[in-house]
Amino acid sequence: MQQLSYFELVGFGPQGWGWALLTATGMTIAVAICGFLAGSVVGTLVAWGKIGGNVVIRSIADGYTTVLRGIPDLLVIYLFYFGGSAALGAIGSLFGADGFIGVPAFATGAMAIGIVSGAYQAEVFRGAYQVVSRGELEAARSVGMHRWLMFRRIIAPQVLRYAIPGLGNTWQLVLKESALISVTGLVELLRQSHIAAGSTRRPFDFYLTAAVLYLLITWVSTYLFQRAETHSLRGMRRAS
Amino acid sequence: MDFAFMRDAFLTLMAGVPLTLNLALTSIVFGAIFAMLLAVMRMSGLKILDWPAQAYVFVFRGTPLLVQIFLIYYGLGQFRPTLQEWGLWTFFREPFWCAVLALTLNTAAYGSEIIRGGLQSVPHNQVEAARACGMSGFLLFRRVIFPIAVRQALPAYGSEIILMVKATSLASIITMMEVTGLAAKLISQTFRAVEVFIVAGLIYLVLNFIITRIIMAIEWWLSPHLRRPPAVEPRLEAAHV
Repeated sequence: MQQLSYFELVGFGPQGWGWALLTATGMTIAVAICGFLAGSVVGTLVAWGKIGGNVVIRSIADGYTTVLRGIPDLLVIYLFYFGGSAALGAIGSLFGADGFIGVPAFATGAMAIGIVSGAYQAEVFRGAYQVVSRGELEAARSVGMHRWLMFRRIIAPQVLRYAIPGLGNTWQLVLKESALISVTGLVELLRQSHIAAGSTRRPFDFYLTAAVLYLLITWVSTYLFQRAETHSLRGMRRAS
Repeated sequence: MDFAFMRDAFLTLMAGVPLTLNLALTSIVFGAIFAMLLAVMRMSGLKILDWPAQAYVFVFRGTPLLVQIFLIYYGLGQFRPTLQEWGLWTFFREPFWCAVLALTLNTAAYGSEIIRGGLQSVPHNQVEAARACGMSGFLLFRRVIFPIAVRQALPAYGSEIILMVKATSLASIITMMEVTGLAAKLISQTFRAVEVFIVAGLIYLVLNFIITRIIMAIEWWLSPHLRRPPAVEPRLEAAHV
C-alpha cells in the first residue's frame, strides 16, 4: 500500500480523517462548555457558601475547594465513571436488572469537569465579589431590594465583569481537562486521534493534528475572552 | 464504609507513592533548569532568542498535557527506525522517561513565566545600589537579582509544584503504576470507586500539604526582613534596682 501524504491523511478525501477529527473537535468543545457551565453553577453556590454561610457551611465550602484543587482531576473522573456505573447498577438491581450498566460518557465527563472547575470558579467569584462596592449593596438594600433581586440586578452583573479574566483562565483549564475525558471512551478530539492513530499507524501525525486543533481552540477563546473583557469594561474609568 | 478494605487499599496505594514522587521531583528539577533558560531567553531583548521562547510557551501552555504525553510516547514510535539509528530508542521506549520528558517540557513553559515575573519584579534601585557598590555581571545576578527574584517567584512556583504532583497522575495512562494507576487498577478489580477514591485523594492531599509546608518554610527562611525581630527578654536584675 502506498503511504498517504499527511494532507491526504487528515484531509477530507475518501481516506482522510478530516470530518471525524472536526466532529471530535466539536465534541471537545461541547463537553468543555457543558462542564464549564456546570462548574459555574457549582462555583456560584460554593462562593455563596463561603461569603454568606455560617461556620458549618463555610467550612464545608472551604473543604470542598481545598480538596478538589489538591487531588488529580483524573481521580475525580475515575470516581464519576466507575462510581456512577456502580450506583446505576445498584439502582438497576432494585428494578430487576443485573450486570454492569455503563453511565453515558458525556454526562460523566461534563459532571466531573463541572465539579473540579466549580472549585476554581468559586475562588474566582469570591474574589470578584469582594471588589463589588459595599455602598452599592447598602444602597440596593435601602431601596428595598430583596436578596434575589439584588443578586440579579446588582451583584451578578458586577461580579461577572470582574470575574472575566479569572473565568478565562478557568476555561483554559477546563479545555485541557476535557482531554482526560477520553479515558472514559467519549470520542472527543484526543480519543478520535487515538483511534485514527491506531488504525493508520501514523500516531505522530494525528497527535500533532490534535495539538494544533487544541491550540486553535485556545487561541480563539483567548481572543473571545479579551473581547468580552473590553466590552464589559466599556465606560469604566481605568486606574492607569 | 468498609474500613478494613480501606486499610488494605491504603497499603496498596502507598506502594505507588515513591514513583509519584520520583516522577514529580525529576521533572520539577529538569523543568526548573529549562524554565530558567527560557526566562533568560525571553528577557534577553534579542528577537532571535525571545521569539522561539515565546512560541514554545504558547504551544506548551495551549495544549493539554495528555496530548503532549501521547505525542512523545506513542507519536515518536512512528519514527522508530530513525530513533534506533540515533540510539535514542532506549530512551523513548520507556514510559517513565517519556512521562518525565513531557512533564519537564510542560512545567518549563509555565515555570518560565513565573521566573520571568520574579526577575521583572526586582526593584531597579536595588540594581543601581549594587552597581554603585561596584557589582556587575554574574556577581550582581548572584547576590542581588537572583535572591530577590526567587523570593518573589516562590509562592507561584509552589503552586506550580503542586500542579506537577497532580499532573504525574497522567503518567498512569501510559502504564506507569503510580498512585492513580494503582487506584484505577484497584477500582476496576473491586468496583469500590468511592473507598479507593477517598484513600487515593487522601494520599495526594497529604503529599500536597507537606509540600506546601516545605515551601512556606523556605519562604520564611528567605524573607528575614519581614519577620518580627526576636523579643528582647527584659533583664531580670534591672527589676531589683
